[in-house]
Amino acid sequence: MTSTPRIPGVHSEPAATRTVTGLLVYLLAGLYFGVVLVKSEAASWYRIQEMFRFESFHMFGLIGSAVLTGMVATLLLRRSGLNSRDGQTIRVTDKEKGWRRYVFGGLTFGVGWGLAGVCPGPIFTLLGAGIWPMLLVLAFALLGTYLYGTFKDRLPH
Amino acid sequence: MIDLLTALRSPLPWYVGGPLIGLTVPLLLWLGNKGFGISANLRHACAILLPDAIKPGFFRYDWRKERWNLMFAGGLILGGIVAGALLANPEPTRLSAAGAQSVQELGVQLRPGLVPAELTDLSNPGVWLLLAVSGLLVGFGTRYGGGCTSGHAITGLSTLQVPSLIATVSFFVGGILSANVLLPLFMAVMA
Repeated sequence: MTSTPRIPGVHSEPAATRTVTGLLVYLLAGLYFGVVLVKSEAASWYRIQEMFRFESFHMFGLIGSAVLTGMVATLLLRRSGLNSRDGQTIRVTDKEKGWRRYVFGGLTFGVGWGLAGVCPGPIFTLLGAGIWPMLLVLAFALLGTYLYGTFKDRLPH
Repeated sequence: MIDLLTALRSPLPWYVGGPLIGLTVPLLLWLGNKGFGISANLRHACAILLPDAIKPGFFRYDWRKERWNLMFAGGLILGGIVAGALLANPEPTRLSAAGAQSVQELGVQLRPGLVPAELTDLSNPGVWLLLAVSGLLVGFGTRYGGGCTSGHAITGLSTLQVPSLIATVSFFVGGILSANVLLPLFMAVMA
């Protein structure tokens, strides 16, 4: 980003404005995703219960087609040689190797997900939809995150 | 006009909603090489809120570099206002017959809305317990496991990462156990 020469009269936006507009697109991306979460019913407690009881194809079709679309579109984006908006090569950060943290952490999250039927995205979206008790879920999710940060060195990873 | 409003209020079928969810991964990569994930915001919020004196090392980093993620979470709230409050589906979620029966057996009525009234009724102390335990496990588990549904099940799987496959299978094992065994126990005690 810094390697692009700034041409007076062409690149005249002050840096602060650029940061704000640069961040604003993520607000819009979040708005898009939030609307999709509600409209696809991924934020519905009822749908999550139905999924974990294998009583409908809806959520499986939703997650399956999301993964397939993400896979193909990401592959095409990387093959296209297109750079990111700020001129960088598109790169995917690999997840850390290992299995313990993914099994133990994954199970813990899964149990929480099945209880109130909310994963982190819907916590925010449901709050927006006016479901205030989600504030309690959010507060305890922050406490859980804090506890992990406190005890992480004593846990198998 | 009436037809347009009806369409906007209606839910999307899975084969439309799923691809729209999946497109978030390349969208965020193109916008700024960002890895799509939401639970990291809980860490950023802790990093912002905790006073320096008591802050564990896990929360000592420059959260300002991750502001995009907080903006994304802000967008999720806006999305909830737009789709969940202004364009709310007036019909109850169209569950399968088996799904509708299971929900009823849990003591929950199938009404319009995303979360049943029985689970948001804060006059019931059991609801406080359920929401608190659920939130605690979600917060702890997502950080321990390094991601949630968006980071692992959507992003990780669509970029072919083995750790995300392990995490996603674990999410489901935990969720199946919880929805089929723990939640009925909770609901029985709460009733």
